[in-house]
Amino acid sequence: MLSPEPTAADHIHSESFLHSLMRRQLRLSIACAAAFLLVLFGLPLLNYFAPDLMSVRVGGFTLTWLVLGILFFPFVWLIAWIFIRRSIALEGRESRDAQAAINATKR
Amino acid sequence: MLASVDPWILAFSLFTVVATVAMGFWAARRSRTASDFFVAGRGVSVGWNAAAISGEYLSAASFMGVAGMVMSSGYDALWYPVCYACGYLFLLLFIAGPLRRFGAYTIPDFAEGRYDSPVFRKIAVIFVLFIGCFYTMPQMKGAGTTLAYVFKDITWFGHTGLPYWVGVVLVGAVITFNVALGGMKGITMVQAFQYWAKMFAISVPVFVLLSVYGGYGKQLELNGPSPKVGAPGQGSQTVTRVPLPAKAPADAIWLNPFGPLTTKAAKAAKPTVTYTGPLVTVTRQFAGQGVFDWAKDKGGFNSIALKGGTWSITNTVDLLARKTLDGRPGSARPYVIRYAPGLAEAQFRMPDIGFLSNSKIATAVGQQLATNGITVLVEGDTFTAVRTADAIIKPIDPRPYALLYTYSLIIALVCGTAGLPHILVRFYTNPDGVAAKRTTMWVMILIGVFYVFPPVFGVLGRNFLPALYAGTGAKGTDKIVLELPRLLGEGHGVWGSILSGITCAGAFAAFMSTFSGLLVSMTGALAHDVYGRILCPDSTPGERMRMFKWCAVAMGGAATMLGCLVEPLQINFMVGQAFAIAAASYFPLLFMSVWWRRMTMPGAATGMLTGGTCALIAVSLTNFSDLNWIHLAGYWSEHPLLRILCEQPAIWCVPLAIGLMVIVSLRTRHSVPADIRLKMLVLHAPETLGLKQEYIREHEALSH
Repeated sequence: MLSPEPTAADHIHSESFLHSLMRRQLRLSIACAAAFLLVLFGLPLLNYFAPDLMSVRVGGFTLTWLVLGILFFPFVWLIAWIFIRRSIALEGRESRDAQAAINATKR
Repeated sequence: MLASVDPWILAFSLFTVVATVAMGFWAARRSRTASDFFVAGRGVSVGWNAAAISGEYLSAASFMGVAGMVMSSGYDALWYPVCYACGYLFLLLFIAGPLRRFGAYTIPDFAEGRYDSPVFRKIAVIFVLFIGCFYTMPQMKGAGTTLAYVFKDITWFGHTGLPYWVGVVLVGAVITFNVALGGMKGITMVQAFQYWAKMFAISVPVFVLLSVYGGYGKQLELNGPSPKVGAPGQGSQTVTRVPLPAKAPADAIWLNPFGPLTTKAAKAAKPTVTYTGPLVTVTRQFAGQGVFDWAKDKGGFNSIALKGGTWSITNTVDLLARKTLDGRPGSARPYVIRYAPGLAEAQFRMPDIGFLSNSKIATAVGQQLATNGITVLVEGDTFTAVRTADAIIKPIDPRPYALLYTYSLIIALVCGTAGLPHILVRFYTNPDGVAAKRTTMWVMILIGVFYVFPPVFGVLGRNFLPALYAGTGAKGTDKIVLELPRLLGEGHGVWGSILSGITCAGAFAAFMSTFSGLLVSMTGALAHDVYGRILCPDSTPGERMRMFKWCAVAMGGAATMLGCLVEPLQINFMVGQAFAIAAASYFPLLFMSVWWRRMTMPGAATGMLTGGTCALIAVSLTNFSDLNWIHLAGYWSEHPLLRILCEQPAIWCVPLAIGLMVIVSLRTRHSVPADIRLKMLVLHAPETLGLKQEYIREHEALSH
């Protein structure tokens, strides 16, 4: 919990703390979004430029149907799972860092 | 009267309705305070909440619409289920955590808190209502379609089958009643139950059908270069399919990634034609004398005759509808198409082409003349005829257009999911930001698993029930999920009825849960924001509770009326439009407000209003044209690009909204909220640092 000392609050309210906080979070989100969008926006391009490859039959499915209709879901779950693990870890680290900075100013 | 209704289907449907209503009443007795009523007391566990969000999200579009659209359009339609499910990733990555940390009841609450502006709250409420209306229409179509199917054999004032609108009104009344009494607490329980009901209802019939008729891949393989055609076989060894009717798209088109859905606009476009031979210009004009009057021909088809230098076209269907060919009501005046001598004299029939727009005349006349070696081109009111032998016809390549359509659809669905007001409000029911993220993860898994199944119905429907391709409205492909399990009846007796009953129950669960969720959301906006904050800020909680009930009745009535009008439109298509509006209004607002600290209220308002309104107008134009309320088909055949940008506006509306937000915010720099740093801290700092409490303390100190 937040310590009542003004010095501790100073750290949390400093521009640099907010800046690094948002940057770290945004970097994680954008990295995950990029992986997702690469596949999502890449698939129509593959359909467009490599129609023969994408209509190859795999177990009855056309390749592109298999990717979009089935394989895409686990792929997205994987991204979500990685993001949640990393983001919870990130929050823990941020909170510890802030606490450490507060303790340092106390001493 | 009820003797002609399948008892199993009726029993399952009734059970779902009664269970939903009963749970609403049960929960109503447990919800006491106004806070309970709006956000279920904020203490719902991750499992319950994830199931409830999924239950609310899986609407008639997911349960019935996706299968129907996969059946009618093939691969194209797969983007819908995939993006419905994966849009949650965007919500998770950029919005869910910060929004929960900030803490507010609704999106308008967030808008007001982020910009300290009660005015902005009033503006932000508008789109809750617009998006809600667009989202309820397809739910109502689902209701009308399902009830028309359940009661398809009863006699209703001399007609066979329950009319579409009766189903809409019935379901609308039941749910409105339920919401007015239950509120949100009831809905959380009911929604979670509804998710599992829907999951069960969509998956069990698929497993049974696939085990009888062969696997998913095997079914898809039938749509191949050499399809085995015959009666539906029993057992996976002899998988054959029913022959496709003429109205069904061919295998190659159906499987094509740029299929009937995405290439529609480009295929309706006018081809470019260059010709070398003698030219014949034909001017469209109203007839004088000596015109061949096909009005006498009521045989149900339309005809064109080439006789002695005059071609005459009259549409008998149009005459009966008392419309002239240019769309104005009045007495029928036949068209004359003159042609110069020298072309072959011919007589032929035109198919029933319904309302005659220029493009329809061109297509129908063109098809007919083509068999006589003549090509007709339309430019405004002028028809030009050339010998096909002399013409080089180049239809425009539909693939680039289809690619654009696909991208715009993806943007609408992915960004739209992150901006749906009735889904976002549920993230506030999580105890903290970490729980909000965990909830989103579970929602993605729950709905992802669900979305694998509806396309299977579409594939099976194409193979075994292609007769639905010929139906329109409530009798078209949108009812495939309900109808398909009955196939088992041929050979497996009562099991077909039981399975069909299960999918009907699932459909009821689908449109009832989503409709009630939307109704709560829209009613909340009206009662909590418009009444509680704008009209009567001094009202007591008791008055607001009473207002909530009245608003529920008003909104339910409006939604039911809208639902009666939209029978011809595809369920899934309409939901996609609601997503496009959300993507262009709330998504930019939330995304930019959370991540860009220099956003100002004027910037946010300008971007949200402009983007959302543009999307709203664009999709409304598309709908009005498709319902034949306004006649734009001719215009759009000349500008297929505009048609696509109207049908799927996200690709330009979302950047427009974000761009305007940036520009206007930079020009109104002075009005960035003074405590923006603290606001951003509350949005982003881990909750263990306790900044939220500090923020509340400071705001209280300011207002005292």
